[in-house]
Amino acid sequence: MADDPVSVSVALLGSGGAGVLTTGQLLLEALCRAGWNGLLTRSVGPQIRGGEAAALLRVSAQPVECHSGGFDLLLAIDWRNAARFDSEIALHPDGLVIGDPAGGEAPAAMVPASARRGDLRCAELCRLHPEWRANMIALGAAARLLAIPSEILERVIDNRFGHKGEAAMAANLAATRAGAEAVAAFALARALPPALASPGKRWLITGNEAVGLGALRGGVRFAAAYPITPASEILEWLAPKLARVGGSLVQAEDELASVNMIIGASYGGTPSLTATSGPGLSLMVESIGLATAAEVPIVVVDVMRGGPSTGIPTKSEQADLNIAVYGLHGDAPHLVIAPQSIPDCLLSTQWAVFLAEALQSPVIVLSDQFLGQAQGAIARPADIAFVGRRLRAQSAGGAYRRYAITGTGVSPMAIPGTAGGQYTADGLTHTERGVPTSGALDHSAQLDKRCDKLEQYDYGQLWATLEGEGDTAVLTWGSLTGVAREALTLAANRGVRARLIAPRLLAPTRPAAMRAALVGVRRVVVVEQSHGAQFHKYLRAHYDLPADTRVLQRPGPLTIRPTEICDALFAENVA
Amino acid sequence: MNATTTLACKPGDYKSDVKPIWCPGCGDYHVLLAFARAFAELGRPAQEIVLVSGIGCSSRIPAYMSCYGFHGIHGRSLAVAAGVKIARPDLTVVVASGDGDGYSIGGNHFIHACRRNVDITYIVMDNRIYGMTKGQPSPTTEPDFDTALSPGGTGLRPFNPLVIALASGANYVARAFAGNPQEAGALIADAIRHPGFSFVEVLSPCVTYRPDQKAWKERVHPPPVEATDDPARAARRLMTDDGFNIGVLYRGNRVPYGPRAEAVVEDLAQFEAEFEF
Repeated sequence: MADDPVSVSVALLGSGGAGVLTTGQLLLEALCRAGWNGLLTRSVGPQIRGGEAAALLRVSAQPVECHSGGFDLLLAIDWRNAARFDSEIALHPDGLVIGDPAGGEAPAAMVPASARRGDLRCAELCRLHPEWRANMIALGAAARLLAIPSEILERVIDNRFGHKGEAAMAANLAATRAGAEAVAAFALARALPPALASPGKRWLITGNEAVGLGALRGGVRFAAAYPITPASEILEWLAPKLARVGGSLVQAEDELASVNMIIGASYGGTPSLTATSGPGLSLMVESIGLATAAEVPIVVVDVMRGGPSTGIPTKSEQADLNIAVYGLHGDAPHLVIAPQSIPDCLLSTQWAVFLAEALQSPVIVLSDQFLGQAQGAIARPADIAFVGRRLRAQSAGGAYRRYAITGTGVSPMAIPGTAGGQYTADGLTHTERGVPTSGALDHSAQLDKRCDKLEQYDYGQLWATLEGEGDTAVLTWGSLTGVAREALTLAANRGVRARLIAPRLLAPTRPAAMRAALVGVRRVVVVEQSHGAQFHKYLRAHYDLPADTRVLQRPGPLTIRPTEICDALFAENVA
Repeated sequence: MNATTTLACKPGDYKSDVKPIWCPGCGDYHVLLAFARAFAELGRPAQEIVLVSGIGCSSRIPAYMSCYGFHGIHGRSLAVAAGVKIARPDLTVVVASGDGDGYSIGGNHFIHACRRNVDITYIVMDNRIYGMTKGQPSPTTEPDFDTALSPGGTGLRPFNPLVIALASGANYVARAFAGNPQEAGALIADAIRHPGFSFVEVLSPCVTYRPDQKAWKERVHPPPVEATDDPARAARRLMTDDGFNIGVLYRGNRVPYGPRAEAVVEDLAQFEAEFEF
């Protein structure tokens, strides 16, 4: 399916620990420094060493938000566990396979019979030159096939490994040259389009790093968390930075502790965040309900992975929508925000901190493994003015009413140290003063208050991404937004205009705004990455969809491709 | 500390106007009095104290005091308190808990709070029963104590919180008796003054489900020896403890947890530069 003339896709494969992901990062960096844009995602098995790893790279002159249908180059350091990817990675019919014959055979399911094949004898070269690394040989080969200028490749290698000394550098460069020579007789069927002549200052950043930066920009100065794949990079990025801005990060004993630590820090007046994945979110939901009841602002980032239970820790899925929106016991209004791209990880997290502080509410940010561990070149994100500002009570004399019923539902919050503001934050149903009560009137008054403050707030344009026009719409969310956007471009090339509707704000729902977005739409294609069609059911529960609504859905980790969405738009009779 | 800290304070200043839900004769009334006495002795203004609790009879205490309070969910009070103290080291942070809240559902946090050694004070009102849910066995209930949920008793060896605290790294270990609020108040004040994680187990009788505990006042006694700063000696003493030694049993000298001092505020642009190319 050479449907995509403007990009080239590369899959690098090898055993876990062979350095495939490093090779992918160096290749991406070199390509971006040479003026292209690119997206690098990872797919790995559960083993730290000896499992399977794939670095999936797509390069274009334009910004890249997703993978296309297939790959132009399959390059393997070894094929030992590559068969585990045979449902995820497919080579184009005119594609090129480069591998080490000593490292097994390319899985038949990945490689069409028409593909061209070449050898890259990594193991033998490393035996002859013990100081060489197989992944550097692979890097040289891939760089040659992608026509990366050698001086840029060398600079990228020097940036990464220069500190290891001259001998190591010389070995790395020799290895890359050997790799380049080994594939000199080959060329990709489709060359990359010309790089951008003057691309300007850009960032090379992962979604998880963007979440961390968004948190800092939003004013977060305390984080507590428990390590979990695929969220740990957020914490590892934040830990040294928080210390340098006068904040701190605590590694808690479990997620029950981490969420309660951030509740405590925020109660003390410090904007706070934790990051986790599905299993951790499951442990946190009771406490998130406490933050709703006690009206303590917190941000909980869930980098979704395959579920339920331990699921597939290293691969993406969009199946935590239900727990994020509905997982709290009692009537517990809170916010759920889903970033849609790497730069949106920054924006959405910063917005989440802003809304948590403004509305004194917990906010769940639903990222996913695809976005979190994807690295891409992005335009430098503009500084936006979302810095959390909490409505504080200043020395409240007399009988301070922490949970006073106000017009907006937001009540001034006294921070410990404020004289006269003493109150008890409570998960028990309480009066306006915060005194525990089991009275029906107090109960409904506080339920109304907490609901009203989220419902009445003006979320503005950020509630959703709305693009395009026409009477057909793709309704999707999160990391599939970029896939859908590309599908609409493909559809436009076939003469069909369609809309993209992707809510960023999943809770509270915005029925009036969605109604407006759907005016004139006669056909909707719902696109989501969950087995249970959670997003479709959520839409059905809260919004009116046209009679011609179809669903394109499957569980992770097999990402829905742009061509599939495009085909669904054209299909006449889909159940 | 600001100037108000030097003003004379009375125990009554630390009580709120909210009427406790406890049964008449509950030991927790005396613990409430002991807290008020401790805060008055320290002279800390009410707005600079945060009293954190979980769920259970004992955990109701924050609403009955005039300081800042946080009444959270079952078992997680130590985590909330650590967050408050790490983010706001200027505040005095005290945690009130019970034997179910602290030793059962919150047991893991107890161990790690001792290890982490944040400068907070942990007061556990132990009555060896779940009172609020009407009389089920807790981790400190005697193995042969008969309840509806454990007919004939649990048959389980009781949890030894003081030994766990010491072994896990608590910096101060003491036992108080609710029946003597003056002495208990002084102990709590001493525990708050002591740096790091201070743990005080307070024997607080449940007159409703454990009327046998009325006899505790006859059984409590001062410890036979002075407090030690030697964990090995403290461990030997605690392993042979009869459960009724009242006083300070261990005073450690570990440095409390705190963020390492780093060169202050930087512009976020420095972090952003690492992404730029």
